[in-house]
This record gives sequence, structure tokens and C-alpha cells, in this order.
Amino acid sequence: MERPAIEARGLSKTFGSGLDAVHALDDVSLTIRQNEFFTLLGPSGCGKTTLLRLIGGFEQPSGGDIFLEGQQLTGLPPFKRPINTVFQSYALFPHLTVGQNVAFGLEMLGRPKKEREARVEQMLALVKLQGYANRRPTQLSGGQQQRVALARALASQPKVLLLDEPLSALDLKLRKEMQIELKRLQTETGITFVFVTHDQEEALTMSDRLAVMESGQILQIGAPTEIYEHPQRRFVADFIGETNFLEGRIEVAGDTAVAHLACGGKLSLNGQAGAPSSNGEAVTLAVRPERAVIAPAGAEGLSARIGAVVYMGTDTTYHLTLTDGTAFIVRSQNNEGARLDLASGAEVKVQIAPAAVQRLAD
Amino acid sequence: MTAATRRRILQIAPAMAIIGFFMVAPLGLMAYVSLLQKGVNGGVVWDVHTTEAYVNFIFERDFDDSLIVNTDYLQIFARSFGLSLLTAVLALAIGFPTALYMAMQPEGRRNLLIFLVTIPFWTNLLVRNYAWILLLRNGGLVEGLLRWLGLSDQPLGLMYTPYAVSIGLTYSYLPFMVLPIYASLEKLDSRLIEAAFDLGADRRRALTRVILPLAVPGIAAGCILVFVPALGAYVTPELLGGGKSMMIGNLIQGQFAAARNWPFGAALAFALLAIVLLAMMIYLMRFRRAPAAP
Repeated sequence: MERPAIEARGLSKTFGSGLDAVHALDDVSLTIRQNEFFTLLGPSGCGKTTLLRLIGGFEQPSGGDIFLEGQQLTGLPPFKRPINTVFQSYALFPHLTVGQNVAFGLEMLGRPKKEREARVEQMLALVKLQGYANRRPTQLSGGQQQRVALARALASQPKVLLLDEPLSALDLKLRKEMQIELKRLQTETGITFVFVTHDQEEALTMSDRLAVMESGQILQIGAPTEIYEHPQRRFVADFIGETNFLEGRIEVAGDTAVAHLACGGKLSLNGQAGAPSSNGEAVTLAVRPERAVIAPAGAEGLSARIGAVVYMGTDTTYHLTLTDGTAFIVRSQNNEGARLDLASGAEVKVQIAPAAVQRLAD
Repeated sequence: MTAATRRRILQIAPAMAIIGFFMVAPLGLMAYVSLLQKGVNGGVVWDVHTTEAYVNFIFERDFDDSLIVNTDYLQIFARSFGLSLLTAVLALAIGFPTALYMAMQPEGRRNLLIFLVTIPFWTNLLVRNYAWILLLRNGGLVEGLLRWLGLSDQPLGLMYTPYAVSIGLTYSYLPFMVLPIYASLEKLDSRLIEAAFDLGADRRRALTRVILPLAVPGIAAGCILVFVPALGAYVTPELLGGGKSMMIGNLIQGQFAAARNWPFGAALAFALLAIVLLAMMIYLMRFRRAPAAP
């Protein structure tokens, strides 16, 4: 079996002590595979940057171990780890030229001048900054500085590249460009990327796998589709995309399980959502807005009244209220033009297929 | 003259008045004095103009009125330069690590340390130099310490040597080295140091390749701030040098007092000023476009 690029076991980090102690990371374990684009996603203060800094060696863990390709990293200073970082503020050396910045890592490794020069050329070409070697970082735009920071971190061919919210300082258009650019660089170099972001869209579009973090813990790890389609926790479902939450109790009848919802309706559960459960068990279900369908009042489904209708061109969002007052959002594509019959105040039914229902663990 | 121009002139008038009164007028007066003939009993003859004072700086007038080169004064200038340079180097060697240590402390602690660095200024320079006499003299505290440590049982013999002057000058001007270097290190982005570590630089190379180059403006400012006043120092060479290592400051003071040769004293002061200005110009040309930390 292939050794994982990064493996963390029971990692914790506490800042301060006594009553002021902050548990930035609490018993975190994860495995990042070779050549993977792995994203740590979470709101600010969730511990994702702390985890990155522990991998980079800028902080020492309060407990647990980190392994790089099976080798213990704990205790090694940053300059002895074959791991490089792209900092949020880029942290380019202002007293060196772009070329000298890119060559810095190779120089520290004691590579000969010829090799360094060739490599600088190659790296600048890779990030599309040929001919910029003699400029000063301060003469470059934010996007260009970002590319130099990438070239500098990649030049010494690290085993793992850490990226600490590198796109957050860029404007939207540039950010979209760099997202594609980063993905291309990762594929071309074959280096494992560990990417930290609070932007769920960024995480979904770029990652091979991602870990959703909150309050110093990893809630769920998986591929973007898995995280989006099958969130296991309320926080994950809520943080990534829009979600409707439905509360209810389970009733088991033979092979099938049915959830009796607080709003009075019933939803039949299949597979994962129905899996081992007992009669009367309380359950929280998550349904994505685009997976629910609005049907006429006479049809099967949950009764609802339409509140606001938000037309957004490609699709329309309907803000509904269920009979018990629960808010419910349905988004439908305008494949056949806008549906003028669904106006505010109309009584309708909401139909949800069993496969669209995701049962949450909390 | 338009109203706008008049208003602008009025606005800068206070500044100009202060500069004029406190800088241009005294300097002009001294420049004028340096071009007069000295009075027989001191002072100057106000209506006899001569460049004799400047000639005397380099030449000596022989009995037959021919000029012979006299290097006595140039030697004093050279010694002053040497001692000031040594002082700047010593102050840098002590000041840089001090400033680096200060900049690495947590914020509250830093302010306390800055306060401690400036405490010596609260005491008169004369008193502080006398304190150094007590430390450095034969049988003084330093000698006692060395004896107690078993490092030496000889009399120290440091007092009234150029070394004592250098130690005294380094002590006197050390804060002028520490503070500008601290200022440039304090605003240095700590992430640059992290980036250096990240790219494989150990502590030594992070210091020499990143921290030191970025502190260059502070180091240059500190060197100027130590070197220039050390060049014109008067009290320290007088007290710690025991009149054996005369520096420019003592020479000028001597011309105005004991030698009663005001024009020559003024000419010496202007020679010093010219040298200092030259040093400043070199500094400006070399470091004007020094990269500032973002």
C-alpha cells in the first residue's frame, strides 16, 4: 500500500494555559494521500491554519504526531522539513529580486548556481512570469506576487506544498483564474497540495478531497461530491451550500423506515438515511434546495405556502413555509422558462425523493 | 505677489525663523569668525579678513614666511576618525543583538526595554563619564572583578588610553545605535523570517540573508548617529583620555579657550562640518533607495 503523504494522529494544540487556554486543535487525525489536492475548509478560528502551521513546523503540537511519508516530523524545525508554504500575505523578500526570491530555497539547499538559474527560468515559465526575474516584488501586482510566491515554494520540489488562504487577497476574477492555475500546477508538478480556505466554493471546485473543520475538530473528510451530497453533520450541511433541515421521528415497518416530520408530513427513507434505527428515534434530515420539487396543491408531498420568489435567471428560488412554520427553500432550474403559476401566497406541495434525503448525526 | 504665495510664505515663516535663528545665524557667525584675524589677547579683529586660519590647518609658516606642511592637526582628525569608527563598530556589535532581542519580545515588554535603554539620558554625561573612571581606573571595579574571577592580577592600566575613550564613547552613544536598528527590526514582517525558515534557511542564514539586509537602513542610521557625535566628542576624551588622546572636540575647545585663537577654532569646526556632511551625502546616495519592509 502507498504511504500517505501526510498522516496526523491525535494532534492537539493548546495556546496559553489555565483559564485562558485556547484549544485550537483537539485530537485531530487525518491522512492525506500522495499527489492529492487536499483542502482544509472551515470558518475562521476553526483550527485549519493551526493544523497547517503544525504540518509546516511553525508551531509544535501539544499532543499527537505528524508523519511525512511514514517519517516522524514532530520536533523537526521548518527548515529541515521538505515542505514549503505559500503564505497568505505571500511574504516575498522585498530586498531580493523575483529571481533571487525563487532561487532562495535552492540556495539554502546548496544547489550549484547553474542549476539554480535553470530552475528559476523553469519555475517562472511554469507560473507564466518569464522575463520578470530582475524585477522587485514590490513592482508586481498582487496576482503576480502570488505567482512568484508559488514559484518560490515549488522551486525546491517539496514533497508537500502548504497554501494558507493564498487567494483571499485577490479580486474575484483573478481568484477564479488562480483556482484553475493552482489546479494545473498541482497536476503538472505532481506535488501534494494542502490548501486552507474558508471559501466553500473554492474548496469544492479545486479539491480532490476536503476536510471540514469546526472548533478544532474535523467533522467530515471526503470528496467534494460526497461532502455536498452526503453531509453527516448539521454544521457540514449548513456550511457548504444551502440546506433545508427537517426534524422528525423514525417509524420502522419491516424493511422500510419512514420519518414522521414535525410539520405533519411523512418522508420514506432509503439506504443510508434509513439505516439501523429504532422506532421513535429523533432524527434530523437535510435536503438540498435543488433536490426538492414543487407540485400542485392536490399532489402528494408536504404542504407548504410560497413566501418569496427570487428569480435568478438560470434558476428560481422559492422560499416556502411548511405547516409548522419551518422555512424550506426550493431551487428549480428554469429549463422551460419562468413558472408564473408559482406566485407568493400560493398553496403547494413539496416532493422529496428518498435519495435526496440525508440523515444527519446531530 | 499673489495672495496664495503670500500665505504660503507666512505659513513656513515660523519654521524658517527657527532654522534661521538657531542654525543659520550661529553658523554664519562662526563662518565669519573663521575668516578673521585673531586678536592679540583672544577674540578677533573684526575688520581684518584673512584665510590664515584655514591655511594653518594644513601648513605651518616658517621663519622666512614659506609654508611647510604640518600634519599635527590632520593626525588629530585621523585619530578622531579612527576612534569614532571603532566606537561605531563596537556600538553596532553590541547594539544589533540588543535591538534584535528587544524586537523579539512581546509588545508590553518591548516598551519597558526601550524605557531602560533611554534611562542613561536622564543623567548628565559628565556624571556618567566620571562613573566610568571609577570602573576603569587602576584598583577600580573592573580590575577588582577580573582579580576576583582569577583572570588577571595585574593593574588594569586602561584608564587614560584611547581604549578607555572608545569604551566611554561606545557607552555614551549606544542608545543611538540600538533605537534606529530596533525601529527597523520591529516593523520587519515576522512572516518573512518564517518564509526563510520554510525555504530551508537555518537561524544563522535567516539572520544573514533576511533579517540583516532588511535592517540595513536602521544600521546605517545608527552608525551615522553614533559616528558623527563621537567625532565631535569633548567630555569623554577629556575625562577618560586624560588629555593624552586629543580628539577634534578637545582641539576646538583648546583653540577658543587656552590658545585664544578663535578664527582657527572656527576653521577647525568647519573642517569637521565638511567631513560630516560628506559622510551624510555618501549615506544618502548609498541608502536612499534602500528597500523598506512592506
